[in-house]
Amino acid sequence: MLKGLIGKKIGMTQIFDENGAAIPVTIIEAGPCYVTQVRTAEKEGYSSVQLGYGATKPQRLASGELGHLKKNNVPPVRVLREFRVKDPQVNEGDTVSVDLFAVGENVDVVGTSKGKGFAGAVKRYHFRGGPKTHGQSDRQRGPGSNSSTTTPGRVYKGSRRPGHMGDDRVTAQKLKVVLVDAERHLIGVRGAVPGSRGGIVMIREARKQ
Amino acid sequence: MTDLMKAVQAPANENIPALRPGDAVSVHVKIKEGTRERIQEFKGTVLYTAKSGNNATFTVRRVASNGIGVERTFLLHSPRIEKVVVERSNVVRRARMYFLRNRTGKGARLKQKFNA
Repeated sequence: MLKGLIGKKIGMTQIFDENGAAIPVTIIEAGPCYVTQVRTAEKEGYSSVQLGYGATKPQRLASGELGHLKKNNVPPVRVLREFRVKDPQVNEGDTVSVDLFAVGENVDVVGTSKGKGFAGAVKRYHFRGGPKTHGQSDRQRGPGSNSSTTTPGRVYKGSRRPGHMGDDRVTAQKLKVVLVDAERHLIGVRGAVPGSRGGIVMIREARKQ
Repeated sequence: MTDLMKAVQAPANENIPALRPGDAVSVHVKIKEGTRERIQEFKGTVLYTAKSGNNATFTVRRVASNGIGVERTFLLHSPRIEKVVVERSNVVRRARMYFLRNRTGKGARLKQKFNA
Protein backbone atom coordinates (compact mmCIF):
# COMPACT_ATOMS: atom_id res chain seq x y z
CA MET A 1 0.00 0.00 0.00
CA LEU A 2 1.20 3.51 -0.77
CA LYS A 3 2.76 5.14 2.28
CA GLY A 4 4.45 8.26 1.06
CA LEU A 5 3.87 11.99 0.90
CA ILE A 6 5.62 15.12 -0.27
CA GLY A 7 5.67 18.06 2.12
CA LYS A 8 7.28 21.28 3.22
CA LYS A 9 9.32 21.61 6.39
CA ILE A 10 7.71 24.29 8.58
CA GLY A 11 10.13 24.25 11.49
CA MET A 12 10.88 22.81 14.89
CA THR A 13 9.11 23.29 18.19
CA GLN A 14 8.29 21.26 21.26
CA ILE A 15 5.05 19.66 22.30
CA PHE A 16 4.11 17.76 25.44
CA ASP A 17 3.17 14.08 25.59
CA GLU A 18 0.53 12.58 27.87
CA ASN A 19 3.02 12.46 30.75
CA GLY A 20 3.81 16.14 30.34
CA ALA A 21 7.31 15.51 28.98
CA ALA A 22 8.46 17.94 26.32
CA ILE A 23 9.38 16.28 23.02
CA PRO A 24 11.23 17.98 20.16
CA VAL A 25 9.20 17.86 16.96
CA THR A 26 9.62 18.97 13.39
CA ILE A 27 6.39 20.16 11.83
CA ILE A 28 5.90 19.28 8.17
CA GLU A 29 3.05 20.53 6.03
CA ALA A 30 2.43 17.41 3.95
CA GLY A 31 0.06 16.97 1.10
CA PRO A 32 -2.51 16.89 -0.18
CA CYS A 33 -0.66 15.14 -2.99
CA TYR A 34 -2.04 14.01 -6.33
CA VAL A 35 -1.28 10.63 -7.79
CA THR A 36 0.08 11.70 -11.16
CA GLN A 37 1.21 8.31 -12.41
CA VAL A 38 1.12 4.68 -11.31
CA ARG A 39 3.97 2.65 -12.75
CA THR A 40 3.55 -1.08 -13.03
CA ALA A 41 5.88 -4.01 -13.53
CA GLU A 42 4.07 -4.89 -16.78
CA LYS A 43 4.39 -1.48 -18.37
CA GLU A 44 7.48 0.19 -16.92
CA GLY A 45 9.31 -2.83 -15.54
CA TYR A 46 8.92 -1.86 -11.90
CA SER A 47 6.09 -0.66 -9.72
CA SER A 48 5.96 2.79 -8.14
CA VAL A 49 3.73 5.78 -7.62
CA GLN A 50 4.49 9.30 -8.77
CA LEU A 51 3.04 12.01 -6.55
CA GLY A 52 2.65 15.73 -7.23
CA TYR A 53 2.66 18.48 -4.60
CA GLY A 54 2.52 22.27 -4.39
CA ALA A 55 0.15 24.37 -6.46
CA THR A 56 1.71 26.57 -9.10
CA LYS A 57 0.70 28.55 -12.18
CA PRO A 58 0.34 26.68 -15.47
CA GLN A 59 2.73 29.09 -17.21
CA ARG A 60 5.52 28.02 -14.84
CA LEU A 61 5.52 24.48 -16.26
CA ALA A 62 6.80 23.15 -19.55
CA SER A 63 4.13 21.99 -21.94
CA GLY A 64 5.26 18.40 -21.56
CA GLU A 65 4.77 18.55 -17.81
CA LEU A 66 1.36 20.14 -18.25
CA GLY A 67 0.32 17.44 -20.67
CA HIS A 68 1.52 14.75 -18.27
CA LEU A 69 -0.62 16.21 -15.48
CA LYS A 70 -3.60 16.88 -17.74
CA LYS A 71 -3.90 13.17 -18.57
CA ASN A 72 -5.36 12.60 -15.09
CA ASN A 73 -6.93 16.04 -14.61
CA VAL A 74 -4.34 17.01 -11.98
CA PRO A 75 -3.89 20.78 -11.46
CA PRO A 76 -0.40 22.25 -12.09
CA VAL A 77 2.05 21.14 -9.39
CA ARG A 78 5.56 22.31 -8.61
CA VAL A 79 7.08 19.07 -7.34
CA LEU A 80 6.90 15.52 -8.66
CA ARG A 81 8.43 12.65 -6.70
CA GLU A 82 8.38 8.91 -7.11
CA PHE A 83 7.81 6.32 -4.39
CA ARG A 84 8.63 2.65 -4.90
CA VAL A 85 5.54 0.70 -3.83
CA LYS A 86 4.80 -2.97 -4.53
CA ASP A 87 1.01 -2.79 -4.34
CA PRO A 88 -0.04 0.88 -4.45
CA GLN A 89 -3.84 0.50 -4.06
CA VAL A 90 -4.32 3.98 -5.51
CA ASN A 91 -5.36 5.16 -8.94
CA GLU A 92 -4.05 7.94 -11.13
CA GLY A 93 -5.82 11.19 -10.31
CA ASP A 94 -6.43 10.25 -6.66
CA THR A 95 -5.58 12.60 -3.80
CA VAL A 96 -3.64 11.41 -0.77
CA SER A 97 -3.14 13.29 2.50
CA VAL A 98 -1.64 12.97 5.96
CA ASP A 99 -4.20 10.40 7.10
CA LEU A 100 -1.92 7.80 5.46
CA PHE A 101 0.13 8.05 8.62
CA ALA A 102 -0.89 7.52 12.23
CA VAL A 103 0.64 8.65 15.51
CA GLY A 104 3.20 6.15 16.78
CA GLU A 105 4.37 4.92 13.37
CA ASN A 106 7.97 5.23 12.25
CA VAL A 107 8.83 7.12 9.07
CA ASP A 108 11.88 8.06 7.03
CA VAL A 109 12.12 11.68 5.94
CA VAL A 110 14.17 12.56 2.86
CA GLY A 111 15.30 16.14 2.35
CA THR A 112 18.08 18.27 0.95
CA SER A 113 20.57 19.30 3.63
CA LYS A 114 21.59 22.92 4.11
CA GLY A 115 24.44 23.95 1.84
CA LYS A 116 27.68 24.82 3.64
CA GLY A 117 29.70 25.91 0.60
CA PHE A 118 33.36 24.96 0.24
CA ALA A 119 34.20 23.57 3.67
CA GLY A 120 37.49 22.52 5.21
CA ALA A 121 38.27 19.01 6.41
CA VAL A 122 37.70 19.94 10.06
CA LYS A 123 34.10 20.97 9.44
CA ARG A 124 33.38 18.47 6.70
CA TYR A 125 34.88 15.27 8.13
CA HIS A 126 35.58 16.22 11.75
CA PHE A 127 39.35 16.11 11.27
CA ARG A 128 41.16 17.25 14.35
CA GLY A 129 43.29 19.90 12.68
CA GLY A 130 46.89 20.58 13.56
CA PRO A 131 48.57 21.48 16.85
CA LYS A 132 47.88 24.95 18.22
CA THR A 133 51.21 25.32 20.02
CA HIS A 134 54.83 24.10 19.88
CA GLY A 135 55.81 26.60 17.23
CA GLN A 136 53.12 25.65 14.74
CA SER A 137 51.84 28.73 13.08
CA ASP A 138 49.83 28.02 9.96
CA ARG A 139 48.04 24.69 10.25
CA GLN A 140 45.42 24.88 13.00
CA ARG A 141 42.59 23.64 10.79
CA GLY A 142 44.67 21.99 8.09
CA PRO A 143 43.88 18.49 6.81
CA GLY A 144 47.43 17.16 7.42
CA SER A 145 49.07 14.76 5.04
CA ASN A 146 47.18 13.51 2.00
CA SER A 147 48.97 10.25 1.36
CA SER A 148 52.23 8.31 1.67
CA THR A 149 55.52 8.70 -0.20
CA THR A 150 56.85 7.40 -3.55
CA THR A 151 54.60 4.40 -3.08
CA PRO A 152 51.87 4.96 -4.13
CA GLY A 153 53.01 8.38 -5.38
CA ARG A 154 49.50 9.67 -5.73
CA VAL A 155 46.47 10.54 -3.65
CA TYR A 156 43.90 7.77 -3.48
CA LYS A 157 40.54 8.56 -5.03
CA GLY A 158 37.81 9.19 -2.51
CA SER A 159 40.22 10.55 0.13
CA ARG A 160 38.54 12.92 2.50
CA ARG A 161 39.62 16.40 1.48
CA PRO A 162 38.12 19.89 1.74
CA GLY A 163 35.32 20.53 -0.72
CA HIS A 164 31.67 21.30 -1.17
CA MET A 165 29.57 20.32 1.82
CA GLY A 166 25.85 20.06 2.28
CA ASP A 167 23.05 20.51 -0.29
CA ASP A 168 22.92 16.72 -0.47
CA ARG A 169 19.98 14.37 -0.41
CA VAL A 170 19.82 13.12 3.18
CA THR A 171 17.47 10.58 4.74
CA ALA A 172 16.58 10.81 8.41
CA GLN A 173 15.60 7.27 9.29
CA LYS A 174 13.08 5.95 11.75
CA LEU A 175 11.49 9.11 13.11
CA LYS A 176 8.41 8.58 15.21
CA VAL A 177 5.20 10.31 14.14
CA VAL A 178 3.94 12.22 17.18
CA LEU A 179 1.25 14.36 15.62
CA VAL A 180 -1.14 14.19 12.69
CA ASP A 181 -3.44 17.10 11.94
CA ALA A 182 -5.62 16.13 8.98
CA GLU A 183 -7.45 19.44 8.99
CA ARG A 184 -4.32 21.56 8.51
CA HIS A 185 -2.38 18.86 6.62
CA LEU A 186 0.32 18.82 9.28
CA ILE A 187 2.46 15.96 10.44
CA GLY A 188 4.92 16.13 13.33
CA VAL A 189 7.90 13.81 13.70
CA ARG A 190 10.17 13.47 16.69
CA GLY A 191 13.60 14.96 16.10
CA ALA A 192 15.24 16.91 13.32
CA VAL A 193 14.70 16.66 9.58
CA PRO A 194 17.28 17.52 6.89
CA GLY A 195 17.14 20.90 5.20
CA SER A 196 16.05 24.43 5.88
CA ARG A 197 12.59 25.64 6.77
CA GLY A 198 10.43 25.71 3.66
CA GLY A 199 12.44 22.91 2.09
CA ILE A 200 10.69 20.11 0.22
CA VAL A 201 10.80 16.74 2.01
CA MET A 202 9.55 13.25 1.23
CA ILE A 203 7.94 11.22 3.99
CA ARG A 204 7.71 7.46 3.65
CA GLU A 205 7.37 4.37 5.78
CA ALA A 206 10.52 3.59 7.76
CA ARG A 207 12.73 1.02 6.09
CA LYS A 208 14.03 -0.21 9.46
CA GLN A 209 11.00 -0.82 11.61
CA MET B 1 4.16 29.68 8.45
CA THR B 2 4.30 30.65 12.10
CA ASP B 3 0.53 30.27 12.30
CA LEU B 4 0.90 26.61 11.42
CA MET B 5 3.42 26.19 14.24
CA LYS B 6 1.14 27.91 16.72
CA ALA B 7 -1.66 25.52 15.81
CA VAL B 8 0.19 22.55 17.28
CA GLN B 9 1.87 24.23 20.24
CA ALA B 10 0.41 23.88 23.71
CA PRO B 11 -1.29 27.00 25.07
CA ALA B 12 0.40 28.75 27.96
CA ASN B 13 -0.23 27.17 31.36
CA GLU B 14 -3.02 29.29 32.85
CA ASN B 15 -2.03 28.51 36.42
CA ILE B 16 1.23 30.42 36.14
CA PRO B 17 0.86 34.14 36.90
CA ALA B 18 3.21 36.79 35.52
CA LEU B 19 6.58 36.21 37.15
CA ARG B 20 9.29 38.81 37.77
CA PRO B 21 12.90 38.23 38.73
CA GLY B 22 13.30 38.28 42.51
CA ASP B 23 9.78 37.04 43.26
CA ALA B 24 9.54 34.51 46.05
CA VAL B 25 7.44 31.74 44.54
CA SER B 26 6.15 28.30 45.31
CA VAL B 27 5.95 26.02 42.29
CA HIS B 28 3.61 23.05 42.55
CA VAL B 29 4.85 20.30 40.25
CA LYS B 30 3.00 17.10 39.41
CA ILE B 31 5.24 14.09 39.96
CA LYS B 32 4.35 10.64 38.67
CA GLU B 33 5.55 7.68 40.74
CA GLY B 34 4.49 4.51 39.00
CA THR B 35 0.74 4.92 38.76
CA ARG B 36 0.37 7.42 41.58
CA GLU B 37 0.57 11.13 41.04
CA ARG B 38 1.48 13.61 43.73
CA ILE B 39 2.30 17.28 43.99
CA GLN B 40 5.77 18.45 44.93
CA GLU B 41 6.36 21.98 46.07
CA PHE B 42 9.49 23.89 45.09
CA LYS B 43 9.90 27.14 47.00
CA GLY B 44 12.47 29.74 46.08
CA THR B 45 13.36 32.97 44.32
CA VAL B 46 12.92 33.54 40.59
CA LEU B 47 16.40 34.03 39.20
CA TYR B 48 15.33 34.91 35.69
CA THR B 49 12.74 34.27 33.04
CA ALA B 50 13.75 33.35 29.51
CA LYS B 51 11.02 34.34 27.11
CA SER B 52 11.10 32.70 23.74
CA GLY B 53 7.54 31.93 22.79
CA ASN B 54 6.57 28.31 23.15
CA ASN B 55 9.87 27.36 24.80
CA ALA B 56 9.78 30.07 27.49
CA THR B 57 11.22 29.05 30.86
CA PHE B 58 11.80 30.44 34.32
CA THR B 59 14.45 29.43 36.82
CA VAL B 60 13.87 29.24 40.56
CA ARG B 61 16.65 29.08 43.14
CA ARG B 62 16.20 27.76 46.63
CA VAL B 63 18.72 27.14 49.35
CA ALA B 64 18.37 23.56 50.56
CA SER B 65 19.74 22.04 53.74
CA ASN B 66 23.38 22.70 54.58
CA GLY B 67 23.20 25.89 52.55
CA ILE B 68 23.37 24.11 49.23
CA GLY B 69 21.76 26.13 46.46
CA VAL B 70 19.39 24.27 44.13
CA GLU B 71 18.28 25.83 40.87
CA ARG B 72 15.48 24.37 38.82
CA THR B 73 14.24 25.50 35.42
CA PHE B 74 10.58 25.07 34.49
CA LEU B 75 8.85 25.37 31.16
CA LEU B 76 6.13 28.02 31.15
CA HIS B 77 3.93 25.88 28.90
CA SER B 78 4.44 22.66 30.80
CA PRO B 79 1.26 20.83 31.80
CA ARG B 80 3.24 19.28 34.66
CA ILE B 81 3.06 22.51 36.63
CA GLU B 82 -0.06 22.43 38.81
CA LYS B 83 0.22 26.08 39.84
CA VAL B 84 2.65 28.80 40.81
CA VAL B 85 2.00 31.06 43.78
CA VAL B 86 3.83 34.37 44.09
CA GLU B 87 4.31 34.69 47.83
CA ARG B 88 6.14 37.96 47.84
CA SER B 89 7.53 40.43 45.30
CA ASN B 90 10.84 42.11 45.90
CA VAL B 91 12.53 45.29 44.77
CA VAL B 92 15.11 44.32 42.18
CA ARG B 93 17.09 46.39 39.73
CA ARG B 94 18.24 43.74 37.32
CA ALA B 95 16.71 41.05 35.12
CA ARG B 96 19.08 38.24 36.09
CA MET B 97 19.64 37.67 39.78
CA TYR B 98 22.93 35.82 39.43
CA PHE B 99 24.46 37.75 42.36
CA LEU B 100 22.25 35.75 44.72
CA ARG B 101 24.46 32.73 44.09
CA ASN B 102 27.36 34.37 45.88
CA ARG B 103 25.33 35.50 48.89
CA THR B 104 24.31 33.53 51.94
CA GLY B 105 22.24 34.21 55.05
CA LYS B 106 21.23 37.78 55.69
CA GLY B 107 23.14 39.04 52.67
CA ALA B 108 20.83 37.07 50.42
CA ARG B 109 17.72 38.93 51.56
CA LEU B 110 15.79 41.16 49.19
CA LYS B 111 13.70 44.20 49.99
CA GLN B 112 9.98 43.57 49.70
CA LYS B 113 7.94 45.47 47.13
CA PHE B 114 4.52 46.30 48.57
CA ASN B 115 2.69 47.94 45.69
CA ALA B 116 3.19 45.06 43.32
